[in-house]
Amino acid sequence: MKIKVLGSGCPNCKVLEANTKKALEGLKIKADVEKVTDIAKIMEYGVMSTPALVINEKVVSSGRVLTSEEIKKFLK
Amino acid sequence: MDIFYPLQIFVNWLVYSLFNLEQGSVIAGAINFFIYDSIKILILLAVIIFAVSYVRTYLAPEKVKRLLSRRFEFLGNMIASTIGIFTPFCSCSAVPLFIGLVESGVPLGVTFSYLIAAPLINEVAAALLWGLFGWKIALLYIASGWIISVIAGYILGKMHLKKYVEDYVYKIKMKQGQKAQKKLQKERISESLGETKSIIRKVFLYLLIGIAIGAFIHGYAPENLLANIAGKGNWFAVPIAVLIGVPLYSNAAGMIPIVSSLIEKGLPLGTALAFMMAVTALSLPEAIILRKVMKLKLLIIYFSIVAVGIMFTGYLFNWIL
Repeated sequence: MKIKVLGSGCPNCKVLEANTKKALEGLKIKADVEKVTDIAKIMEYGVMSTPALVINEKVVSSGRVLTSEEIKKFLK
Repeated sequence: MDIFYPLQIFVNWLVYSLFNLEQGSVIAGAINFFIYDSIKILILLAVIIFAVSYVRTYLAPEKVKRLLSRRFEFLGNMIASTIGIFTPFCSCSAVPLFIGLVESGVPLGVTFSYLIAAPLINEVAAALLWGLFGWKIALLYIASGWIISVIAGYILGKMHLKKYVEDYVYKIKMKQGQKAQKKLQKERISESLGETKSIIRKVFLYLLIGIAIGAFIHGYAPENLLANIAGKGNWFAVPIAVLIGVPLYSNAAGMIPIVSSLIEKGLPLGTALAFMMAVTALSLPEAIILRKVMKLKLLIIYFSIVAVGIMFTGYLFNWIL
């Protein structure tokens, strides 16, 4: 599984990254979490509000800091 | 009748009977003021943030983009400013939003109207103004913020500033945005509740500190403290208030209760309003982030026009009120 957190490095993006890692640990899934900070790359996903979460190249959420419980639903 | 009247009775009972403080003493007055204001503002904040967050669940950025592209100027500026009222703006989203709007053909001036209105008309500030000054002032703040956004965006649009947008912005090709998923009513409500909680948690401490300082000023600072130095007669007060406001960022929650007490001590309302608008609308962190998409010249023009709009509002309210 490939997971990306899109965001320009604001506090919200860091929280989302931390929540994602927590969700992965909770479900005992091994996956790489990559942070995408390059604005051109972020825009390629068609995302206009950050932070956004991308799982296997699909944008599952944008503009919100998901809780780790919400992220777990996407990971299952 | 004031809907908060029962709250005042409760706080009076709390302070004068339960805490047994002497009615009319300075300390009792300050504590009464602190408790009453804190509870009242928290209630207003919760209600207003919830309402605004709920409206916002209907305004995903992709939808905003659709609403704003292919609009005539001026009407577009008005729609953009109206949408801006409901969308707060985390400065970290400024860049993708700006690129997204410009890329999909939204006129630059309309994009600016949105970019100005979003932080300028801030729901936390509106709730505080309502709580501390009454709904008329809150409405006045929203209306004048809206007019500034429409006019400033319109002027910026007429100035042919396209060449001052960083070149790479026009090279970015966005993948056709995902269709925003349909949300269930239940999801909208739980999302709005979550948003309300997180905003209140974020501003809570600043708010209490602000109200505490406000209560202190209310109780102890001499009357007319500011009437002489920053009164209506002093024409420099408005620009200075704006200049002080720019570097202060995101502390509207703490700032407004202090400002409200300063108004009691002779600070004119227009000057105070200009100060609060400068705090919310123009900030250095935002400037640094926007520098990524705007050349310095555009950034300076943008900030100057908004600052002039805010000062104009300040003078106007000092003059009419």
